[in-house]
Amino acid sequence: MGKILSLMKTPRGIYNTILVLLCLSMPFLAPAIEQDFYRDVMLRAMIFAIATISLNLIMGYGGMISFGHAVYLGVGGYAVGILSYHGIESGWIQWSVGIIGSGLLALLFGAICLRTKGVYFIMITLAFAQMIYFLSVSIEKYGSDDGLNIDTRSNFGIEAFDLNDPMTMYYTAFVLLMACLYFSHRIVNSRFGMVIRGSMSNDDRMGSIGYPTYPYKLAAFVIAGMMAGLSGILSANFESFVSPDMMFWTTSGEMIFMAVLGGLGTIFGPLGGTMIFLILSEMLSNITEAWHLIFGPFLIVVVLFARGGVEGIIGKFEKRND
Amino acid sequence: MTEAILKVDNLVKSFGGLVATDHFNLEVEQGEIHAIIGPNGAGKTTLINQISGMMKSDGGSITFDGRDITHMSAPSRCHTGLVRSFQITSILKNFRVIDNVALAIQARQGHSFRFWKAAQKDQELQGAAQAVLEEIGLGERGNVLAGNLAHGEQRRLEIAMALATSPKFLLLDEPMAGMDSQASEDMTTYLRTLKGKYTMLLIEHDMDAVFALADRITVLVYGRAIASGSPDEIRNNAEVRSAYLGDD
Repeated sequence: MGKILSLMKTPRGIYNTILVLLCLSMPFLAPAIEQDFYRDVMLRAMIFAIATISLNLIMGYGGMISFGHAVYLGVGGYAVGILSYHGIESGWIQWSVGIIGSGLLALLFGAICLRTKGVYFIMITLAFAQMIYFLSVSIEKYGSDDGLNIDTRSNFGIEAFDLNDPMTMYYTAFVLLMACLYFSHRIVNSRFGMVIRGSMSNDDRMGSIGYPTYPYKLAAFVIAGMMAGLSGILSANFESFVSPDMMFWTTSGEMIFMAVLGGLGTIFGPLGGTMIFLILSEMLSNITEAWHLIFGPFLIVVVLFARGGVEGIIGKFEKRND
Repeated sequence: MTEAILKVDNLVKSFGGLVATDHFNLEVEQGEIHAIIGPNGAGKTTLINQISGMMKSDGGSITFDGRDITHMSAPSRCHTGLVRSFQITSILKNFRVIDNVALAIQARQGHSFRFWKAAQKDQELQGAAQAVLEEIGLGERGNVLAGNLAHGEQRRLEIAMALATSPKFLLLDEPMAGMDSQASEDMTTYLRTLKGKYTMLLIEHDMDAVFALADRITVLVYGRAIASGSPDEIRNNAEVRSAYLGDD
């Protein structure tokens, strides 16, 4: 507890605490300001943040710029959708299939993509993801590009744990989000994490001090894929709907942007980035139809002038205080 | 005569029409410092890239410690004890100095598929890394970001990372690169203290350092060894003098 309190003394610590408190309290805060729909906005942000956190694991800590990360959202989402379509509503089965399926696909794609570097890696991850996107569009049985409605949310057979209850849905996502944050914190500081970060910093040198970095990068890629799969599972449950759009390349692009906006290579950066991105686009779209005209330049300004994203900006105050 | 720990046989590497390594032969004996000198473009760095496994050879073979390592990857060669340093400082600049060394130590402690315990709180790892830093004179600098070190310090960290892997054999690619004469002398003194502990293949432009350290010298010109022998033999070799050392 003392450790957590001491964290809160730094500007970044305070900012991160605010992020978490906002997530925690939105179901009560939103009705209080008579903007109930902000609870859904926040829930959507928390779910998407899990995917952004997973992207940050490989991109912010491992230098693997995957431009196809949304494909794992799709795998998780469609695992719920397709199984539910065939009458399998057990959450245990749906979630296992979604997470393991994403992991296996990440293993296959990663094994091939990680043979390449730089811009080739970006292009090949994009190509693979688009391949799956077009696959999902082409299957009429599952709604092709109209998407697939999901009749009921995953059923875990536990009475006290019913995802159809809005509060249960919200706090399930919250707990899983916190778990993913903690998990990524542990992983990036572990021996494994040091190898991943080392390979981002200087891959050749890692080789010459005895690391074949490929298997480590592949493992990170698979972990990130599974985490993004979880995000897709939650999204399918919350929206009761999946569609190919969730794995279109623009979704992957937004994910990259959110991670950059929040601050790559920081634990809370992706969460902040996702929240700011989704809440700001929500607010702007309420003000004007042409909200993209404001949002676009804002994004460009952030990328140009705020290196290190929001975490970077706030981190600057930290140094001055020292 | 003692057994050669490193044996390079008829090694070849060409880039298009340019033969960078031209049927090169070399034997380095256990415990010695063997220097390779040669003018710019002689193929010294290509050679070290081939021996360290960063570059595939087009022909010939490399034997290290009784094993054929010709087709072995760079990380695997490192695990056999054959470790290189880099001419252009190749450290992890956004890592703390101590983490650079700790990573090299971690590499020799089995696999790193350990996902939970914080590496920077691993006392054993940090302690061993600190010991390496003390030895090379960077004991006070552990918490500094490696990229913020002065040039001479970065050069020392470069060597420290190689030493931290517990090598048998060091491939040193111009350890004095970019150093002023004082720093260069310090490095020479330091490398002398390592003599006997490690076998070394030293590529260096600084002739003072080479003649002060080397037991034997091989002269490389256009990818070929034109002479090999003791420092005195090399100094007095007419062919070498005309090709490289100059007649002054």
